[in-house]
Amino acid sequence: MNHTILRMKEIEKAFNGITVLDKVNFEVKTGEVHALMGGNGAGKSTLMKILTGVYQLDEGSIEIDGEYQQFSNPSDAEKVGVSMIFQEFSLIPKLTVAQNIYLHYEPRKAFGMINDKKMVSDSRKIIADMGISISPNDLVENISLGYWQMTEIAKALSKNTKILIMDEPTSTLTKSETKTLFSIIRRLKESGITIIYISHRMDEIFEVCDRITVLRNGTNVITASCADITMEALINNIVGGSMGQSLKWIERPIKENRKPILEVKHLQSGSRVKDVSFTLYEGEILGMAGLMGSGRSETVRAVFGVDAISGGEVHVRGSKKLIFSPKEAIQEGLGLVPEDRRSQGLVLEHSVKENTILPSLGALSRRQIIQNSQADEKVEALVKKLKVKTDDIHKTVSLLSGGNQQKLVLAKWLLNDTDILILDEPTSGVDIGAKAEIVEIIREIADSGKAVLVVSSEMTELLAMSDRILIMKDGEITSSIDRKEIKGEEEVERAIQVEK
Amino acid sequence: MPSKLKNSLSLFDWRQYIVYIAFVLVLIYFSITLAEEGFMTTGNILNIARQTAMISIMGVAMTFVIASKEIDLSVGSIAALSAITTALTMQQGLGMITAIIVGLATGLAVGFVNGYLVTKVAIPSFLVTLAMMMIARGVAMWLSGTAPVPILSENYIFLFGSGSVLGVPILLFWTLLIAIIGYIVMRKSVFGRQTLATGGNETAATFSGINTNRIKMTVFMASGMMAGLAGMLYAGRLQAGRFTFGEGDELSVIAAVILGGTSLFGGVGTVVGTVIGSVMIGTINNALILQGLDVSQQMVVQGAIIILAVAFGSKKRKS
Ligand SMILES: Nc1ncnc2c1ncn2[C@@H]1O[C@H](COP(=O)(O)OP(=O)(O)OP(=O)(O)O)[C@@H](O)[C@H]1O
Ligand SMILES: [Mg+2]
Repeated sequence: MNHTILRMKEIEKAFNGITVLDKVNFEVKTGEVHALMGGNGAGKSTLMKILTGVYQLDEGSIEIDGEYQQFSNPSDAEKVGVSMIFQEFSLIPKLTVAQNIYLHYEPRKAFGMINDKKMVSDSRKIIADMGISISPNDLVENISLGYWQMTEIAKALSKNTKILIMDEPTSTLTKSETKTLFSIIRRLKESGITIIYISHRMDEIFEVCDRITVLRNGTNVITASCADITMEALINNIVGGSMGQSLKWIERPIKENRKPILEVKHLQSGSRVKDVSFTLYEGEILGMAGLMGSGRSETVRAVFGVDAISGGEVHVRGSKKLIFSPKEAIQEGLGLVPEDRRSQGLVLEHSVKENTILPSLGALSRRQIIQNSQADEKVEALVKKLKVKTDDIHKTVSLLSGGNQQKLVLAKWLLNDTDILILDEPTSGVDIGAKAEIVEIIREIADSGKAVLVVSSEMTELLAMSDRILIMKDGEITSSIDRKEIKGEEEVERAIQVEK
Repeated sequence: MPSKLKNSLSLFDWRQYIVYIAFVLVLIYFSITLAEEGFMTTGNILNIARQTAMISIMGVAMTFVIASKEIDLSVGSIAALSAITTALTMQQGLGMITAIIVGLATGLAVGFVNGYLVTKVAIPSFLVTLAMMMIARGVAMWLSGTAPVPILSENYIFLFGSGSVLGVPILLFWTLLIAIIGYIVMRKSVFGRQTLATGGNETAATFSGINTNRIKMTVFMASGMMAGLAGMLYAGRLQAGRFTFGEGDELSVIAAVILGGTSLFGGVGTVVGTVIGSVMIGTINNALILQGLDVSQQMVVQGAIIILAVAFGSKKRKS
């Protein structure tokens, strides 16, 4: 147990002359679950990409099982038993679970034909070993996002992995899926697999990890055993000082004669949204809690005009509106931070600025010509306000760290200055310090009289900012609870469970 | 350390400028080897400008089509059809102005049909415009009865082809006009940004309030209209409308666009690059002719250049 399986020494890495990792030392012991933590852009993903050969180091050395290694690509790393589950999924939706697990390594039979039978039975065995129930023959596009994660893990396990790296695995998982993931992690650990676990969620770290290493601004600041470090000390190490704001609920005064700004009446859309009714008032922060699959994202998509509405009505500022596209929704003063930043939120190959101004082009142009100096100014200000870590506003978004990309999706709608801001998992992948700051920004927006509807699976965050919380179950809003009346997270957790 | 050196070198992203670098090298090479054949004379340079004008003009519009992640294979045929409709209108004695309107409207109309089928009927643009390539040329043959339609209007011939002002061919003015408009629209306008966003990530563009179907519709109509203009220029230059105009032009146009640095995967588009790509192909063709190579050899060289350009350009995507 005390044998060191991985030793990364004095790792240095710069992109375009800008240092991202500066003499980082990172050691992992055989069979442990080692948490790698740090703020957005601290260099966690980069360090792991260097380990797996996605990037090449500038200086330093990597030792695995006492041997010096330097991989030129991830498949070389896999041969030595190092696999990574990236922040971004790499599954192919149109293939089955089994086909994805064995992608590029399909078992063969005579004449190089793929041995489907063996592929399916081997997959079934791996899945069973993980203690979960998905069918190897299911198409990946038909299984829930949580199971994508499990499929990624199964894929890594099919390759005799010794060291498994998970980059923010729980950001797309529900609470119960997270539980399943943790039991898988424990099983893997028992079978001797070493796990490097990147996450921004404190409670998870203390639940599954043995030791923690914290990176800050490209250097390692501390390595400690989980048993020896307090939550507070850990947070202080991550943010570099004590946290300015905390994720605590601050009661906000409710205006006497506030007007409803968005009323949704008996909304139906697709198979997930069956009968949704709620009212959002000016200056209100309305939370929406529910299990994954309860229809929360589908509800906001329908309201925003992405998905067609098959029944019910949407009223904005008191009058009935027919919204058939996001464009029309935006004209009514709505804005949506969508759930998936990479596919719905950003044009990854475009710059920070180009992405941020996209919904606001009309306001930032005169006679159809974009006023660049004005746009630059606004984007600079937002980048500063949200502390987006980027070299400048012309950097390509795909080169930003995950959490910083998320901040930009938010920035798009802050720049647009919308009256009705809808946020679907607004802080996914955002670090603990920034999370508190974003909650504060959302409060500011509501204080200025605008309305905010927040969908979030993170109870702490939801409870910290909401004035009122809607409980969504199986395509319907089952209740609306004033924040004042809620004692703790458990209460909401219980409320969202579907009783069987 | 060599890796550090590599890092600072990549500060200058030379791949982005590969076309320009290659172009300068090619120019230097030819101006030395072909000095005696008169490669660098004003006459020959203006000649190149004349020969590449139509490809450049269609290329400017095609840059938008490709940047929005679509393709238009019908441009060569639209050029022929517009040339015929323009010439026929004048033959009917309806006057030059009417003829110009008819010519441009022909291109616009075909572009509209392309756009409609792509956005509303949801047929991939490759198929729609492949079919339209045959239909448009077929209609051109049919309308003209496969015979050339002569153009007698002096004014038309001056404005749309053979004229020159202060020794500069009118075709060069047309090219510059379209290129400048295209440049401004792509780089400075709301429409340009929205086109690039549509090609870069259609879902994200929609979520940002962009009507991506409207963008695509507009882009196809612009491409049709510019193809129409190119056809009218062919007609002016050769003083007749012929159904054979622009045969194979779609490939030269796409080659110029890709050579210029616009991404076939959408989301990236440069009008200036396209014009340079087009002039580069024209220059090389011209030099090969001066060197005594024939059409077959020109085709081989042109094909090879495209492969090289795309091979260099695409490395960037992987890292
Ligand atoms: N290929 C690249 N080119 C330029 N800069 C890069 C590249 N990859 C990463 N960076 C920069 O390196 C820094 C560290 O990024 P990294 O993705 O490692 O952060 P992280 O710790 O994983 O953050 P997060 O918690 O947000 O995922 C960021 O500022 C990012 O912009
Ligand atoms: Mg990361």
